Amino acid sequence: MTGSDIIFYLLATLCVVFALLSVTTRQIFRAAIYLLFTLIGIAGIYFWLQYEFIAAVQIVVYVGGIVVLIIFSIFLTQQTGEQLPKQKLDRKIFAALAVFAGFALTMVQIYQHTFFETDEMAITPTVENIGKKMLAVDSGGYALPFEVISILLLAALIGCIVIALRTKTESK
Amino acid sequence: MQPGLYHILFLSTALFFIGVYGFLTRRNLITMLMSIELILNSVNLNFIAFNKYLWPNQMDGLFFTLFIIAIAAAEAAVAIAIIINLYRSHNSIDVENAEDLKY
Amino acid sequence: MPNVTAIALIPLLPLAGFLLLGLFGRKYFKNSSGIIGTMLLLASTVLALYTAYEYFFVYGKVAGVYEKFVALQLTWLEFSPGVSIDMGLIIDPISVMMLVVVTFISLMVHIYSLGYLKGEERFPTYYSYLGLFTFSMLGLVLASNIFQIYIFWELVGVSSFLLIGYYYDKPSAVAACKKAFIVTRFADLGFLIGILILSFSGGTLDFATLIERLTSPESNEFKTAAASTFLGASALTWGAALVFIGGAGKSAMFPLHIWLPDAMEGPTPVSALIHAATMVVAGVYLVARLFPIFSVAVPGVLEIIGWVGAVSAIIAAIIACTQTDIKRVLAYSTMSQIGFMMFALGVSNYGGEAGLGYTASMFHLFTHAMFKALLFLGAGAVIHYVHSNDMKDMGGLRKFLPITHITFLIACLAIAGVPPFAGFFSKEEILLAAFHNNMAIYWIALITSGITAFYMFRLYFNIFWNKELPSSAKATKGKEGGFAMMMPLVLLAVGAAAAGFIPFGEYVSSDGKALHAHFDLSFSIAPVALGLIGILTAFWLYKKQNDKPTKLATSLGGIYKTVYNKFYIDEIYLFITKKVLFNLIGRPAAWFDKNIVDGLMNLIGNVTEKISEGIKKVQSGKVQQYAIYFLGGVIVLAVLFIYIWK
Repeated sequence: MTGSDIIFYLLATLCVVFALLSVTTRQIFRAAIYLLFTLIGIAGIYFWLQYEFIAAVQIVVYVGGIVVLIIFSIFLTQQTGEQLPKQKLDRKIFAALAVFAGFALTMVQIYQHTFFETDEMAITPTVENIGKKMLAVDSGGYALPFEVISILLLAALIGCIVIALRTKTESK
Repeated sequence: MQPGLYHILFLSTALFFIGVYGFLTRRNLITMLMSIELILNSVNLNFIAFNKYLWPNQMDGLFFTLFIIAIAAAEAAVAIAIIINLYRSHNSIDVENAEDLKY
Repeated sequence: MPNVTAIALIPLLPLAGFLLLGLFGRKYFKNSSGIIGTMLLLASTVLALYTAYEYFFVYGKVAGVYEKFVALQLTWLEFSPGVSIDMGLIIDPISVMMLVVVTFISLMVHIYSLGYLKGEERFPTYYSYLGLFTFSMLGLVLASNIFQIYIFWELVGVSSFLLIGYYYDKPSAVAACKKAFIVTRFADLGFLIGILILSFSGGTLDFATLIERLTSPESNEFKTAAASTFLGASALTWGAALVFIGGAGKSAMFPLHIWLPDAMEGPTPVSALIHAATMVVAGVYLVARLFPIFSVAVPGVLEIIGWVGAVSAIIAAIIACTQTDIKRVLAYSTMSQIGFMMFALGVSNYGGEAGLGYTASMFHLFTHAMFKALLFLGAGAVIHYVHSNDMKDMGGLRKFLPITHITFLIACLAIAGVPPFAGFFSKEEILLAAFHNNMAIYWIALITSGITAFYMFRLYFNIFWNKELPSSAKATKGKEGGFAMMMPLVLLAVGAAAAGFIPFGEYVSSDGKALHAHFDLSFSIAPVALGLIGILTAFWLYKKQNDKPTKLATSLGGIYKTVYNKFYIDEIYLFITKKVLFNLIGRPAAWFDKNIVDGLMNLIGNVTEKISEGIKKVQSGKVQQYAIYFLGGVIVLAVLFIYIWK
């Protein structure tokens, strides 16, 4: 077992453990922090797969953006130290059973399936390649989805403003 | 054992179902949102893994991941705006308070 | 050649009046609507007279025969080449004659109504309805296509319905207008089926082509139609008979006459226009229009027409003797006279001398329009004066209503067939035609004309003589109607007195050639004598107030009662509809509807509701529950697709 393998197993264990903690802890702030660790773990796996750009984006957007946003909203809506309400036991059991069944089913399917790899030359996902491909307009280029995504982001921005505005007018 | 595609798929599936479990059992809307982030991340991981191990000659999986991250960011922003709005009107972000939206 | 613009304007002017007054009358023409309607109709009448002059004296006669002109033909709806509904204007002797009659009588009624309905709340509405009626009647007269005539036929029915129900706050008027509409509608169903049969057999809807094809025994259409039989009669016979049922319904022939007496609930001028002079003769006009088909192709139907007409004539005349409502007496008299016209057609043949009945029928239609309109308008003047329809409230009115009295007397003499008034000439021709063709009908007609004289003079003596009113009553009751009401009476009286001298046979005959009726003085003795006997009987019974009529009625006992109750025909209808139809068909159908059909619907409704109640619980609004359903569904589907339906 090489050092690389050990790193992978460590990262994977980190992800799964913190993910589990994140969905089970009864303190919401801790849940957010556990989620942060999970996301960092996934970024680590991207590094390990040598997709450095994606890993960077993962850290910048998720860790630096979304998690911070979540933590802010927790501050806005939650009294610190307050415990989360307990879910009903039957719901928990049912959810666990369904989830386990789904997980087992998926894994069985994955291990029964044989994946075929391509023989062609690999492209290194450098920032240069990604940038060229992202803005390419020829076949296989991603200029159109890129524009669509930018419009979506704009729409989300306006949507947030509108949602925020409405309550203001209502409270008047 | 050399970690490969199957290991990563195991990891992503595990994360996915952990997210589903969280979504089903949590009652706080923010924690449900966090579960959704987990699910999205497991999908991203899948895309990257397939791209890396099966079609290294292309970068489609990578782009999908990028776009999903962008969409997730937008989604999180809108969701949190809604949650805060709900908190303002109901003074709580428990999912059971959102039930009266059905009327 | 016909002047198309002038002819088209004749029906269109009343239509313009209808639209103008109907849409804006209540707002803008509250007081002037009567004048507007009358002026438009005056223009129409002038145009109609002009058209008649042009047709009869300028262009109509080609080589001694009055030709049939189609002045205008617009295809409105084409089903297949040759079969189309056209909007056309037909110009031939009878349509021109009808144009003059309809516009003239309508004009008289318009003028009369100015006085009769003065101060009425819905004055503009009344005039717009009159306009609609005149338009549709003229359209009916001018129709060049059998379907066009049907369209206007129904329009006439609608305007009659509207006008009978003009006093819509009076329950009896509402019932009467419904009755009139339903009974004629029922008959029109026969008409429609007849139209379909005839047009299917003839392969066209156009009158000229239809007549041409169905009257020449060589044409293919005739052969096919005569060959295809149903219940022992050829398709042609069925078609013609069904068309006649439509005509009989509109013309109040026995046994479809029950609506006419009740239709007297409408304003009296309306009764004069629609239910005496014009609309009710539409059936006669229809038969006359299709006369070649009736006479050449299906003579058997003509016999039916003759008998229906004769039976209607005598039954109505007998009933008229016992009624006390003066408008009802006139209504039965109308029915009786239309019976005369019908059987005159029934005993006629096509062409030449044998076509006398046709000419006589049209002649009688013409003169009858004059004197019957006059009678109704005179009755209107009386009703206007005493505010009652019942003979018992009248008597000795000759001193109070001098003009009405004289004109009414002229009309009575005319209808009784006393020479030299109009009715004498037309009735003589009818009797002559019957005498030559069917003796049984001749005797019925002869007796009927005697009865006619009796009941008309019974009416006359009861209104104007009989019990004397004290002269002081004059002061309390006020004056006779104004100029607007008297002028039409005088004009119509002139018509009723003089119309008989028109040499009608020269202009109107079945084949267009001039027909010279031979009058035999010795032949006239019997009807005139019978008429005088009728008048004298009426004089003896009703001149002075006495108990002779009551005694007579008592001595006749049951017969009188039966006649007074109109032979219980209304009751028979009620029995058939209420007892037989309602109980045997209506009730089971209602039960079926209530229990089976409704039950089925309720069952479906209840089941749907139950299911919905169940499904409603699924829509709880709990997001996580939805997520569980979703996840469960995905897992189940995945298992199904992967392991079971590979």
